Amino acid sequence: MRFSVRTLSTRRRHPLAGLVVLVLGLVAAAGLWSALAPKPAQAEQYTARDVEAGRELFLIGCASCHGQNAEGITTKDGGNYGPSLIGVGAAAVDFQVGTGRMPMAQSAPQAPRKAPEYDAEETRQLSAYIASLAPGPAIPAEEYLNYQDVDVEGLREGGEFFRTNCTACHNSVGAGGALPNGRYAPTLKGVSAKHIYEAMVTGPQQMPVFNDDLITPEDKRNVIAYIKRVQEQPNYGGIGGGGLGPVVDGVFVWVLGIGGLIGFAIWIGAHGARSKKKKA
Amino acid sequence: MSDEIQSHDSSSTPVRTEPVQDPGLQPHQWRPTDVDPAQERRAERQISGMFTVAALLFVLFAVSYFAIDSDQTFLNWSASNFALGATLGGGLLLIGVGIIQWAKKLMGDHEMVEMRHPARSSAEDREAVMADINAGLQESGVGRRPLIRNSLFLSVGALAVPSVVLLRDLGPLPHGQDETVWKKGMRVVNDVSGLPIRPEEIEVGQLINAEPAVFFPAEGEEEAEVHGHELLAAKSKAAIIVVRMRPEDITPSEGRENWGIDGILCYSKICTHVGCPISLWEQQTHHLLCPCHQSTFDLADNGKVIFGPAHRPLPQLPLGVDSEGYIIAMSDFPEIVAPSYPELARDQKRLDGES
Amino acid sequence: MSTDTYTPVEDTGFGKKAAGPVGWLDDRLGLAGVAKKNLRKVFPEHWSFMLGEIALWSFVVLLLTGVFLTFWFQPSMSEVVYDGSYAPFRGLEMSQAYASTLHISFDIRGGLLMRQIHHWAAALFVGAMLAHMLRIFFTGAYRKPREINWLIGVGLLALGMVEGFAGYSLPDDLLSGTGLRFVDGLIRSIPLVGSYLEFFIFGGEFPGEEIIPRLYMAHILLIPALLLGLIAAHMLLLVYHKHTQWPGAGRTNDNVVGYPMLPVYAAKAGGFFFVVFGFTALMGALVQINPVWAYGPYNPSEVTAGSQPDWYMGFSEGLVRIMPNWESTFLGHTWSWNVFIPGVGGLGLLFTVLALWPFVERWVTGDQREHHLLERPRNAPTRTGLGVAGMTFYGVGWAAGGNDIIATQFHLSINALTHIFRIGIFLFPVIAFIITRRICIGLQRADQNKILHGYETGVIERSPDGSYAERHAPLPVTEQYRLTAHDRLPALEAPAETDENGVALPHGRVAKVRHRVRSFYYKGAIDKPTLAEVEHADEHLAEIEGHPVHLGEDFQGVSETGIPKSH
Repeated sequence: MRFSVRTLSTRRRHPLAGLVVLVLGLVAAAGLWSALAPKPAQAEQYTARDVEAGRELFLIGCASCHGQNAEGITTKDGGNYGPSLIGVGAAAVDFQVGTGRMPMAQSAPQAPRKAPEYDAEETRQLSAYIASLAPGPAIPAEEYLNYQDVDVEGLREGGEFFRTNCTACHNSVGAGGALPNGRYAPTLKGVSAKHIYEAMVTGPQQMPVFNDDLITPEDKRNVIAYIKRVQEQPNYGGIGGGGLGPVVDGVFVWVLGIGGLIGFAIWIGAHGARSKKKKA
Repeated sequence: MSDEIQSHDSSSTPVRTEPVQDPGLQPHQWRPTDVDPAQERRAERQISGMFTVAALLFVLFAVSYFAIDSDQTFLNWSASNFALGATLGGGLLLIGVGIIQWAKKLMGDHEMVEMRHPARSSAEDREAVMADINAGLQESGVGRRPLIRNSLFLSVGALAVPSVVLLRDLGPLPHGQDETVWKKGMRVVNDVSGLPIRPEEIEVGQLINAEPAVFFPAEGEEEAEVHGHELLAAKSKAAIIVVRMRPEDITPSEGRENWGIDGILCYSKICTHVGCPISLWEQQTHHLLCPCHQSTFDLADNGKVIFGPAHRPLPQLPLGVDSEGYIIAMSDFPEIVAPSYPELARDQKRLDGES
Repeated sequence: MSTDTYTPVEDTGFGKKAAGPVGWLDDRLGLAGVAKKNLRKVFPEHWSFMLGEIALWSFVVLLLTGVFLTFWFQPSMSEVVYDGSYAPFRGLEMSQAYASTLHISFDIRGGLLMRQIHHWAAALFVGAMLAHMLRIFFTGAYRKPREINWLIGVGLLALGMVEGFAGYSLPDDLLSGTGLRFVDGLIRSIPLVGSYLEFFIFGGEFPGEEIIPRLYMAHILLIPALLLGLIAAHMLLLVYHKHTQWPGAGRTNDNVVGYPMLPVYAAKAGGFFFVVFGFTALMGALVQINPVWAYGPYNPSEVTAGSQPDWYMGFSEGLVRIMPNWESTFLGHTWSWNVFIPGVGGLGLLFTVLALWPFVERWVTGDQREHHLLERPRNAPTRTGLGVAGMTFYGVGWAAGGNDIIATQFHLSINALTHIFRIGIFLFPVIAFIITRRICIGLQRADQNKILHGYETGVIERSPDGSYAERHAPLPVTEQYRLTAHDRLPALEAPAETDENGVALPHGRVAKVRHRVRSFYYKGAIDKPTLAEVEHADEHLAEIEGHPVHLGEDFQGVSETGIPKSH
């Protein structure tokens, strides 16, 4: 297609022209912003207003379990009604609220992942409030979440870290696994890179902490790259059992395999249609 | 045994004892393909159609083999695997179904009757064989020459000696399994990266999958001290986990009070049941679960077994800090790691004696 | 196409040409003598007689695909740096065994397909053997003269499981290494000699460098050779004894009714080979099995959640999981009952019971006759009940082997599941036995009612006094015969403990025990009607002219629910 000034000029009153200009303008602005804006250092910067807004949200939605000042509430017998949130950091809030685990719908062995109750802005404000109480793990910087940029070597190292530290609970393709007394390590399918990272640094619920001193942010990015790779790569061999391993294969063997072949055997052994007529 | 059920005597006169008499084989019924030429031709076309399609599928197999690249996908599966399997499987299945259909529809299907014979040989045969055996035995003189016979038995029996001795070099004799590569002063390093660890780097609730420093190249070295299959053998005893709990949560048993560093404890990663590496640590309950057979250990309580088939507590490794501030082992494991074996009690006694 | 236009093969052009070579062969091998007896050998037909065939053909598929895999597989534990197509592992150190398995999966065209067919066929091979064995058990086909063939079958099943486990261990991925680690723990748990066995089998401490080459030898040479020999013996005995058959009109203990080997049975069995091969190939094309690349190379300090053996080891695995943690120290030795009892004892018990059962049953029933007619499961209520109890025992162990997967998939507590299985492994088989035996006896009673009162026609009649009743009609005589063609119950007389002089008879105690077991074996079973009862019923039913509506010429008996079958 050839574009001339004339073509452009004749189309300037097209109903979609305004939209096109708007999109182009936004793209240009975004490009300029990303080129010129200062990179956030490590943590996101929160304003005092964010903190205040977060505190208000906290008092309405969280304080009933975690206490008016996020100091936690202890039950009569010394148990934890809602743990203290002082020093858990913005990353913990972003993970717990962003994956819908908090607020909990009901008391359970473990808070399940569900649709988030708070939108992105509210989650940010809550994070700002908790982060303002005491220093703690911050929301990871974008450069450690760009798992697409990881090269083959990083992928291999990520795999080694993953198999050493993660597969025992989360399974070799991140399908999840069982823990004592009805608890479980959740599946990693469909979990964003940011939330995986935050889980590692904060150790939500029963998960241990894997802080940045011992598993560096680059290592974490490689781990995320490996997880994403094994989950996004084709299921080369066909319908997979969701990474659940030989138990599912056994079900296929008996239901589909033995079941199907017995079906054939029944057909072979069936007497078949008979005619009333006699052969001439 | 008086109540033995005697075998049928077929020669006796038939007395009707059965409530319903055997009506005998029923008259043959013909199939539609036997009596209707149109049906017969249809079956013929159907069967030869299957064989023809099968042949075509095998040609398609060859086409897919050469035409499809290994990285192409179909429905997010390997396209090559799917195409090769579907054409091969489809073709084979059609051949099979075609042949069976041929047998079912067109081949003669008159049932035939064959009489059975008893499994045992006839009395005459048995007698004849006994006669032959006796003749043979008598001529051989086995009974009359016990010296020859017994010495033959002896020599053939002695053949077991070389057969067994030959297998001796299958492996070395077990030498006790009370030692691992850990020794006093060896640094605890992070698995995979091989980096040493300072206590202040570890947070409460942290889990580190760690190894002895000898598994990684020392500074300036190309290769680690332990490598190859020796590394795997050493790792299957020396792998550890380091965890940090709040000191007040820990109840060390007598003599273990100073085995940790401010809530940092180190345990063998190898399950005492059948040896799976365990690192499913719940940071709030301090329980460690084995994913293989669900043995559960309490790391706040000296690695005690609280559930599952494991019997022995998880062995603990005493920790210290070296002059540069890195975590080190203060000795080898004072208890035997990895699954139990018959001489475990003896080896443990030896270990206890050393310490 | 009809027989009258048939030309004998020796008169056709092909036949004339082939006559020379065939004659040459027969001059040297005497083939006609063997062929005469067997070419038209009769085999009875029933779908359940083909379960063993599934196993046989899976074995052939295993041989074919296995040969393909050996062209590239390298059974070595030497470490290499991976440099193949699977990007996430490039540069990773791994054993040659694992690297070559990845090579077969990603760089050999059709390699992944053959690996998957091989693995599916292996799982089907053991599965079909087990299904076949259950059929033999529940129909009493192992009775005299087939006890030896039953024992061969038990041996085949055991060898098949070992063969499968060896194959599972060869790729040296994280899953197979974890399996080997378990076997290492199992071998160590063997009292007194455990450490010696471990060091001899692994060539030193676990994992060593020897185990994969040794397992490879066992997997491709030793065990397949044993399997082939036993399969040959199994088939020869089958031919010698002739196949069992279901009782029915014209089918007696002294004959076999069915289709001749040539052409019908050869075509059906040969066709079934292609069906089994095609079916496993389609499974290999469509369903992923054991994606070794997902697990990574074996490393003794790594493990994945959901580590499981293949299904046929699930029973053992489950017993190991639910066993209490017993271990004791005496005589200066450690005795790991927690591993030894379930790991070695579980399968040991299973195979011992299987091997002994035909002889135990014969001792209990005192039946010395040859049996070529199959017994319907309902007509041996205690055997059927015990069989189902055994299946339940196996099933609980099996389920326990997947308790972590059950827990995560159904949101249950793994600890609660373990407790349930610990109790269930003893309780559920008993419940299953009681229920199954009741069902069998109920079915026997239903059969008896059909003989004595006819089948339910579904026609409701109203009597003059206003009551309603369902009209019954006599079963066709072939069906009546089929339902009654089984053994009458033996008389159960308590054995005399003393002779007429009051002196205790030798074996008096054994006879007493035997009598008690025997009474238990036949307890509650319904005998078939006597001749007098049937004659009485015939008189009574004679008034009714078949089905009151219209039976038609096509009437073929009635189904279990009493609905007349016709084609």
